[in-house]
Formats: sequence, C-alpha cells, structure tokens
Amino acid sequence: MRDKQVRRRRTILGLLVGASLILLTAYFGESPSSPLHAVQRGIVEVLSPIQTGASKVLSPVGDIAGWFSSTFRAKSQVSRLTRENQRLTRLLDQAQYAELQNQQLRGLVKLDAGIGAVNSYSPVAANVIGRDPGLWFQTIEVDKGSSDGVHLRDPVVGPGGLVGDVSQVGPNFSIVTELTNDKFAASVLVEDAKGDPGVLVPAVGNPDQLLVTSLPPHAQISYGQEVVTAGFKDATNPALHSLYPPGIPVGQVSNANQNTLINSQQVQVTPAVDLRHLSVVQILTRPNPSTERAQLPAG
Amino acid sequence: MSVEGASLRLPLRIAIVALIAVVIQETAISQISIFGVSADITPLVVVSIGLLCGSLTGAIVGFAMGLCVDLTLVQTLGITSLLYIPIGYWSGRLRELRDPSHGLVPLALGAAATAVTGLGMAIIQFLLGVDAPVSLLLLQQIFMTVLVNTLIALPVYEIVRRILHPALPEDPRRRRRRAYTTGGLSPLQRPSDRLGPISRSGR
Repeated sequence: MRDKQVRRRRTILGLLVGASLILLTAYFGESPSSPLHAVQRGIVEVLSPIQTGASKVLSPVGDIAGWFSSTFRAKSQVSRLTRENQRLTRLLDQAQYAELQNQQLRGLVKLDAGIGAVNSYSPVAANVIGRDPGLWFQTIEVDKGSSDGVHLRDPVVGPGGLVGDVSQVGPNFSIVTELTNDKFAASVLVEDAKGDPGVLVPAVGNPDQLLVTSLPPHAQISYGQEVVTAGFKDATNPALHSLYPPGIPVGQVSNANQNTLINSQQVQVTPAVDLRHLSVVQILTRPNPSTERAQLPAG
Repeated sequence: MSVEGASLRLPLRIAIVALIAVVIQETAISQISIFGVSADITPLVVVSIGLLCGSLTGAIVGFAMGLCVDLTLVQTLGITSLLYIPIGYWSGRLRELRDPSHGLVPLALGAAATAVTGLGMAIIQFLLGVDAPVSLLLLQQIFMTVLVNTLIALPVYEIVRRILHPALPEDPRRRRRRAYTTGGLSPLQRPSDRLGPISRSGR
C-alpha cells in the first residue's frame, strides 16, 4: 500500500517536472506567432480586465506604501537634488538661449518640431496594470492595445524620456519591453559638442544602468551629458528607419572614462525615466509621421 | 453537505487562493517597493499550501501557480513552474516526514523558498543564454527580496491557513499528538473513567 503511494507520488512529480520542461523547451524554440504564444496572449487578454479592475481597487494600498517608500527615498536625495537643481538652472538658461536660436533656424530650414511636439506622434496614454517584479524580463503590461491604435514596436515614453517599445499587442492590453531588457537596442546621439552617435544597449542585470556602445573612440564625452534617440532615416531606402523619433531623452552619461571610451568605445548612461516606479506611459502610435525633414538648399 | 461536495471544497479553495494570490501579486504587490525591491507572495503561498496539504498537493499547486505567473507576465512558460514544483513538494514532504509544529517554520521555509526562487531563476536564465553578468545588484536584490518575504511569510501562512482550515481533513497524527499533550481525547474515553476504580480486593 505504502509502496503504491510512493510510486504514485513520484509519478505525478515526474509528470509535473516533465510538463514544465516540455513547456519551457517548446516556448523557447517557438516564434512569437506560434500556438503557445497565441494561447498565452489569449489568457492574458482574458485576465487583463481582471488585472485592470484589481489594479484600480488596490491602487490606494500601493499609493500608501509608495508614499512611505518615496518619503524615505526623497529624504536621502535632498542634497543631491539641490545640487542637481542648481546645475539644471544653469542648463535651463543655456537651453532657453539655444531655443531662441533654434526657433530662428527652424524657420529657415523648415524643421519639424522635435519630440517636444509629442502630439504629432498620436500618443496614447496608458496605465501600467502589471509588471515583472524581478530583474530578468523587464516588461510592463499596460491597459491599451490594438483597439486603441497601438501597434507592435511602437515606442513608449514615460515621465522624462524613453521607456521602451511594444513587444506584444492584444485588443485591450500591450506588453512593453523596457529599455533595460537584454533584447533592447536603439540608435542614439550623445549631446556633446559633435553629437556623437552610438548604439544604446542595456547593462543586463542592472536596471539602473545602460550602455552606449560603438561610439567614436576619440569622442569628447563627459559626465552629465544628455543622450537622446537619433531617429535615423535612410534616404535611399525609406523602409529603413529607426523605430524611435529623434530627440527623445534616454538618459545622462554617468561614467565616461576616457580609457574605456578609447578601448571599448562605450560609456555608461543612467536612464532618464525611473523604470521601477512607472504608473502611466504614453505610446507613440505614429512614430514616423510624414513630416518635412531638414534640407539644404540646392547648389 | 454531500461527500462529493466536501471532497471538492479543498481543491476549490486552493484554486481560489492561488488565483487571487497571482492577481494581487501582479497588480498590487509588485508595484509596491520596499527597500528597493518588491515582495513576492507566490512562493510563500506555495509553501503554505504544501505545509498544510502535503507534498503532492504542494507540487501540483506549485506547477499551476508557476504557470499562472508565467502566463500573466508573458514570460517563458515553464520556468516558474519548474522552480515552484520542488518548493511545494518539499514543503509538503517536511510536513509528512517531520510534522514540524514550531510556529516559525513557515517563516524559515518562506525565506528558503524565496532564495531558491531567486537563485533558481538566475541559474535558469544563464542556462537559457541570457547574456547577464553576475552583478552585485542581482545578489543584493535576491537578498533583499528574501528579507522582505521573510517578514511577510507568517501573515501569508496565517491567511492561507485560515482560508483552507475549514476544508482540511483531520490529520490523525495531529489528533494523536493533541491527545497525548492533553492527556487523552476526552475524559469519557479514559479507561479509568470508563471502568471506575479498580478493585484490589479480588487478589
């Protein structure tokens, strides 16, 4: 009798482990359009309204805990933010002068408004209704989907800058892959004297850091310089263009060691957006509008 | 209640507890940051159910809850199940083999389960080829999550126990132990009470 029980227990345990391994192997090897992914999307679709409801009902609890957490964090940040404020005030003065110049130049070359005019990209505001609590997947789930005009690979921005892009879309939800996910990459510019281009990749396993790689070896990059999306477009092949509009802030250079820059052509960047405390994001549903681009006069 | 109804009561309660735990985890708890990390109640619920219902139930609930977590987070299916099956199974085995009665057992098991989940997830990700360095931040996050989960392990166990308790079958070993510590099941069943004073005059 006891032997029978032990055999039954071991058989079920083996079946469960086997089922997990089969699921893992099948899922890992399949394409995103495969049946297993479709089933997963279907279940998320069903659970999405429940999650939205629960998220709204439980938001006061989260807000209270968030308030305490933010208060403790804020206290530790006062002195750093005071210095930051002084630095930003100086930068604002410079930026206001630069904007004045920029308006005059834009009138000359008929540049379209940059990321400042987010409205031209048909933004859709979305609430964050779920998130991955660990360091591994770096995804969030939002309550807007294809019925709101969201498409696969639409850029997502949050308070302060780029958050990531849409990696899965359902009718009433979207999964956003954050820029700290190991599969993320984007072409960016460092706002130094020359505007050096590079490729933004995550420092996987560290959600507070990003890397800008493939920089020119002798780029004059220093701490605190802004990094923005490059938004390139190939004139010879219009289909080849960046997924992200130009000028979206990505972060600030946090470590620009000249030796590292020369040897590995990369610098560290701190994300502009606090990815761990996102509650609302904007999905740019028309990231490449047919805007008039800057052109040099012929001859 | 009929016999069939009574036999379905426990699985139904377990399913409701598991589903609610996953939804609350993904919608609320994961958005609350304590010491820079979020608590994860799902391994704690698996441990609690394993401790209360046994190894087989623990393993099945571990598989199901892991699958739910992977489905709702749209991540690789099977990873979390693979981690939660041994957690549920060994929690149940501990109950079956040792029958621990100390009040802090759920706390220790909760800490161990969270550590296994964190480290196991890291190992599986490395095996699957995620190009990530073993950063200090990763170890720090695992440690902080273990700490936070340890703090909430007892309340989670108590909530799960209160929900499942009315549907749990009476455990014969616990009944025996209770009988031993209280001196018997009932005074009516004590031989001395049943038989009355023993007469020695017959010797």
